[in-house]
Amino acid sequence: MSAQKNRLATGGRIDRSRPVRFTFDGKAYYGYQGDSLASALLANGVTLVGRSFKYHRPRGIVSAGAEEPNALIEVGTGNRREPNTRAPQIELYDGLTTASQNRWPSLDFDLGAVNSCLSRFFPSGFYYKTFKWPKDGWLFYEKFIRRMAGLGTGSTEADPDRYDKVYGHCDVMVVGGGPAGIAAALAAGRAGARVVLVDEQSELGGSLLSERDRSIDGKPAMDWVAAAEAELAAMPEVKVLTRTTAFAYLDANMLSCVERITDHIGPNASGPRQRLWRIRAREVILATGSIERPLVYSDNDRPGCMLASAGRTYVNRYGTAPGQRVVILTNNDTAYQTALDFAAAGVSVAAVVDLRANPQGALVQATRDKGIEVIANSAITHVKGAKQVKEVDVMSLSADGKSVTGGVRHIYCDTVLSSGGWQPTVHLHSQTRAKVVWNEELHAFVPGPVMPGQNNVSVGAAKGVFGLADCLAEGHEAGAEAARRFGFTNAAGSAAGAEAEPAAEPLRPMWIVPSDKPVGQGGKHFVDYQNDVTAADVMLAHREGYLSVEHLKRYTTMGMATDQGKTSNVNALAIMAGLRGMNIPEVGTTTFRPPYTPVTFGVFAGPDKGDFLDPIRKTPIHQWHADHGAAFECVGQWHRAWYYPKAGESMHDAVNREVKATRDSVGIVDASTLGKIDIQGPDAAWFLNMVYTNAWTKLEPGKCRYGFMCGEDGMVFDDGVTSRIAENHFHMTTTTGGAARVLSWLEEWHQCEWPDRKVYFTSVTEQWAVFALNGPNSRKVLEKVVSGIDLSEEAFPFMSWRDCEVAGVKARIFRISFTGALSFEVNVPPSYALHVWRALMSAGEEFNITPYGTEALHVLRAEKGFVIVGQETDGTMTPQDLGFEWIIGKAKPDFIGRRSHLRSDTARPDRKHLVGLLTENPQEVLPEGAQIVEHVKDKPPMTMIGHVTSSYWSPNANRSIAMAVIKNGRNRMGQTVYLPYDGKVVAARIAKTDFLQDGAAANA
Amino acid sequence: MKQNYSIFTLVRNALNYHQDWQEAWRSPAPKPEYDVIVIGGGGHGLATAYYLAKEHGITNVAVLEKGWLGGGNTGRNTTIVRSNYLWDESAHLYEHSLKLFEGLTQDLNYNVMFSQRGLMNLAHTQHDMQALRRRVYAIQLNGIDSEILTPEQIKEMVPILDCSATARYPIMGASLQRRGGVARHDAVAWGFARKADERGVDILQNTEVTGFRIENGVVKGVETTRGPIGAKKVGIVVAGHSGVLAGMAGFRLPVESHPLQALVSEPIKPILNTVVMSPQVHVYVSQSDKGELVLGAGIDAYTSYAQVGSPFIIENQLNALTDLFPCFGRLRMLRQWGGIVDTCPDASPIIGKTPVENLFINCGWGTGGFKATPGSGNVFAHTIARGEPHPLAVPFALDRFTSGYLIDEHGAAGVAH
Repeated sequence: MSAQKNRLATGGRIDRSRPVRFTFDGKAYYGYQGDSLASALLANGVTLVGRSFKYHRPRGIVSAGAEEPNALIEVGTGNRREPNTRAPQIELYDGLTTASQNRWPSLDFDLGAVNSCLSRFFPSGFYYKTFKWPKDGWLFYEKFIRRMAGLGTGSTEADPDRYDKVYGHCDVMVVGGGPAGIAAALAAGRAGARVVLVDEQSELGGSLLSERDRSIDGKPAMDWVAAAEAELAAMPEVKVLTRTTAFAYLDANMLSCVERITDHIGPNASGPRQRLWRIRAREVILATGSIERPLVYSDNDRPGCMLASAGRTYVNRYGTAPGQRVVILTNNDTAYQTALDFAAAGVSVAAVVDLRANPQGALVQATRDKGIEVIANSAITHVKGAKQVKEVDVMSLSADGKSVTGGVRHIYCDTVLSSGGWQPTVHLHSQTRAKVVWNEELHAFVPGPVMPGQNNVSVGAAKGVFGLADCLAEGHEAGAEAARRFGFTNAAGSAAGAEAEPAAEPLRPMWIVPSDKPVGQGGKHFVDYQNDVTAADVMLAHREGYLSVEHLKRYTTMGMATDQGKTSNVNALAIMAGLRGMNIPEVGTTTFRPPYTPVTFGVFAGPDKGDFLDPIRKTPIHQWHADHGAAFECVGQWHRAWYYPKAGESMHDAVNREVKATRDSVGIVDASTLGKIDIQGPDAAWFLNMVYTNAWTKLEPGKCRYGFMCGEDGMVFDDGVTSRIAENHFHMTTTTGGAARVLSWLEEWHQCEWPDRKVYFTSVTEQWAVFALNGPNSRKVLEKVVSGIDLSEEAFPFMSWRDCEVAGVKARIFRISFTGALSFEVNVPPSYALHVWRALMSAGEEFNITPYGTEALHVLRAEKGFVIVGQETDGTMTPQDLGFEWIIGKAKPDFIGRRSHLRSDTARPDRKHLVGLLTENPQEVLPEGAQIVEHVKDKPPMTMIGHVTSSYWSPNANRSIAMAVIKNGRNRMGQTVYLPYDGKVVAARIAKTDFLQDGAAANA
Repeated sequence: MKQNYSIFTLVRNALNYHQDWQEAWRSPAPKPEYDVIVIGGGGHGLATAYYLAKEHGITNVAVLEKGWLGGGNTGRNTTIVRSNYLWDESAHLYEHSLKLFEGLTQDLNYNVMFSQRGLMNLAHTQHDMQALRRRVYAIQLNGIDSEILTPEQIKEMVPILDCSATARYPIMGASLQRRGGVARHDAVAWGFARKADERGVDILQNTEVTGFRIENGVVKGVETTRGPIGAKKVGIVVAGHSGVLAGMAGFRLPVESHPLQALVSEPIKPILNTVVMSPQVHVYVSQSDKGELVLGAGIDAYTSYAQVGSPFIIENQLNALTDLFPCFGRLRMLRQWGGIVDTCPDASPIIGKTPVENLFINCGWGTGGFKATPGSGNVFAHTIARGEPHPLAVPFALDRFTSGYLIDEHGAAGVAH
């Protein structure tokens, strides 16, 4: 157990009374409650924390926030291992287990570092130029490249955690809980608006968390934050979400946020791990702050090289020095605050190296007054030390700042802090597809005009306004203004005040800090740390013509790492602008794509996993089927009884038994899944005329009719029987899988094309349980339990329906058949379904009534050549192709698909037709999907003329039967065709589709 | 001739700190007139220009790109290459493309990283299995590699897939095309651009076409943001904006433009070596060489030209992913984006003549254009050069929507409809 050698004696927001034990690469350390993993590692003197993506360079912690490019850590073990987690954003908890990644065998000794020695041969895009020989060699090379690439290691075990999703609505949404955001939330909340404030950190305060001695309204700044937090908590219409990142700004002011609920507690926490928030706001206030840019100097990736602001955060917020002796490199005044804070905390600052010729600002003077050396007009030209900064070389800049001159000064240090200025966090603004504009004073992109309909305003540092008093005022005004606009009139109070910062001098833009050697020939000037993109790579991209920002990005991979270029994009862009002799805005910006920071897959999926992935639909008597041993199959969302094997029966045996029993006596099937749509209105018949190919006007109430629906392309889309209940009332049935599609189809045509037609559609699929009795004895069974109607053929003919009672329950019976046998479809309310089913089963006992499943249903209908839409059809079959010429209403002026039926190809007589197929060997059952050829060749390619759509063993025909679609099939009756599949060839003869017609099978 | 790209030139240039690499393509000023103008500097357009120069000797060619080359769907897709299509017409066209992909790295002297790591289509229901067998048998008889895998074989190839029988949609089987895989999308565009440029093709980026010069029904050139440019022949290859360009030329297309979204995870060490697609549960996924999981699913239902889509599509797709691969739950989405896909009613492309003489169009690739890039460019170049469709392109003529000779590939588009 090592001591926390860099921990300062006092200060910081950590709780020193609560030590926390954690491990990194198997070694145990202590930190304090309130530490991040990064601060705790720094406190323990651990500066080497990872290896870079490509060159496997040793890397340390660069930042103190979401922009971290280097310190990517595997958190947790086993099924909770989470790769690529940013160390500054990992909150320490007792027992936290962490590991470095992308190294082998160890972080300290990584064989992959050989890439670094050979880095000269691996510039950007080297892989496009090589690995081309031999012709099939790429898969070989790729294996090694893949192993070298990747970062952390994903778990191969199922994620054990739960995730949650929720919607939120508010008047004013504030993103960012720094001074501007808090001020905005306070003002809007006081006025009475519904406010949501989200912040990604564990506590509110934003940049104030990193300040040493700022005050607001005369109080210490964090006291003001605490008071504000209490005030917000007391407002019933205000919700504050910490540890919540707004990662996507979607259309119409909807923001996606992820709330990390238990990540800071560890795996033993109860409840969901993370929650996805979709928040729709009337107005969004973006107070997202800004991110410091590192300087691009030679060897700027050594462990110990850090952002100046991050150094401040570690000292002030975490009470930890990043090292023992610090050199600061800057082009602006803000880094001097770091120097002063370090001095105040007693950390040695060896020097501040300033790129500016003669910095004289107030903070510079204050720094000098503290006795810290300021080396002006100079640059760091080298950073020495492989796994830890040991020393820097400093040289004077030439007059134009493009090179260095004079003697070299060596300064011993273990940490280099750099500041290249600040870039407002414009990500969310940009995600709305609004533009960003270049600000010549700040040398940074600031938000441009907002997109219409995306009601947002950027305030504070996110807008490029850095003074604390200004941030507080802007935030307050934005919050108050939004509330006012939405009619909330309570007093918003006045803005909090703060002392003005000392006046700052302008920064000196210097996008590459020169070294004593040309860029690319000495040390490396890293732009994108994680992806190992250097200034020389940007120059190479320029040389090779990858000039547009997107080409630069894609060719060098700059900005495409897990940090998405938060610290590198502007630097790379500016270097490219310099090379092209253009202004930065002329070169353009890359698109900011969501998410702001990477978001766990699991939280998008939320609780909709496993059985909740897609609703499972069951019929009202599902349990009866299960109790009677049914095997089930998935049909769309439904679980349908497939067959009912008895003890010792195979599927084949069971299906044969069910099919035989139905043809010979009586079978019963649960057809409740059939789609059912209630259609009412004076234009109902007119509408059916348009959506079905046949005529409906003259169908009498009490009668049923079979129909095909076609798409605009004339192809069969769905089928079913529709019955006229009354003059203006129809009951439509659809296929099981097509029910929702058909209802949407009807609604689409009604709403988009014929909105003036008076007709209404209501899904009643689940309002009726449907049991079909099939077979010669079905009438005898039904007679025993029906009352109120005469079931005789004369009184109740085929294709009609009657209301009655079955087993004492109000029922509607349809005389329709999908098996070709005598059939009654009994419809009852679902709550009585089991009672009626049982009554039918008892009544049928003497006739050996046999429940049958979908497989037997398929065989029974195939024996009579009845089609199933989706099996015999595939979106390319017309009713005519299926042999239903008669179902086309020739006298009708129009119906959907009619025009397409007139097209030359659709009207061709030799299209593919539905036919029967009888194998020469009657025992051979063809696989469905087998392709049909006229002439067999030794090997492919062979010309296919069709395929098998349905194929079964028919116990009633006592042979195999198949249906197929074959080119010009109806004119090829009796012809022999061949089916090559699975290494064999089966011969079959084209036949009619009714396999039970006298002698049909025998004649084949 | 361009500098050769090889390990030797790489080493030689390394010794000189890579100072001597040439630009991959020029940035020329537009000439007043070209023999052929190709509108659209995506993969298909650049391939068209390359094959015009290489196979038909037509080098006085310009490619007009309104933004940066390869910036549309070429740079936004999920990089899958396959030819496992149901219908003969499609199978032959996509197989032609796959075969070109197999030699593309050498042909272009640019490593397009075509990785034939195999592509699996999962089946989850009896109905899926029927459709899968039908497709596999048809593909095999077309002389293209395809096979059926049992759940056990699937589990062996992709152990992290949830192959349990208790899954909401249990995996019942899969088809496998071993020659299928992925390629580096940007490299395909850049490789074609570089070689087309070498043969004299002018690639004009940031040059937007604003109109056509048409005289007596014959195209004579285009109006652009950089002034008028004359042309003997013009080809339109602009994917999502095909309808807009057709409108400028005075005809309509049976094309709808929809957003199609994709996303990648953070990079991790190799965990998935095969491309896995599930039309039923509805997601497709592969792992890039960089280590990112690359995911796609279906199009957004509404029409749009904006390159963003609805968040619910992403949620559904990650539902499907984490259900098929329960271990992916803790990985994170790194980047997410949308492209605009031009879809035809039959989910097949349009390649050929237009009502305007000497104006040709190549569009309607919908969700699957990347895999067709070399094949599409190859047959379109032939079509433009000869003024008659390439034999493989004949069935894909625009007039099929008049005759009804549709090639309905909804099932094969990899998207459940």
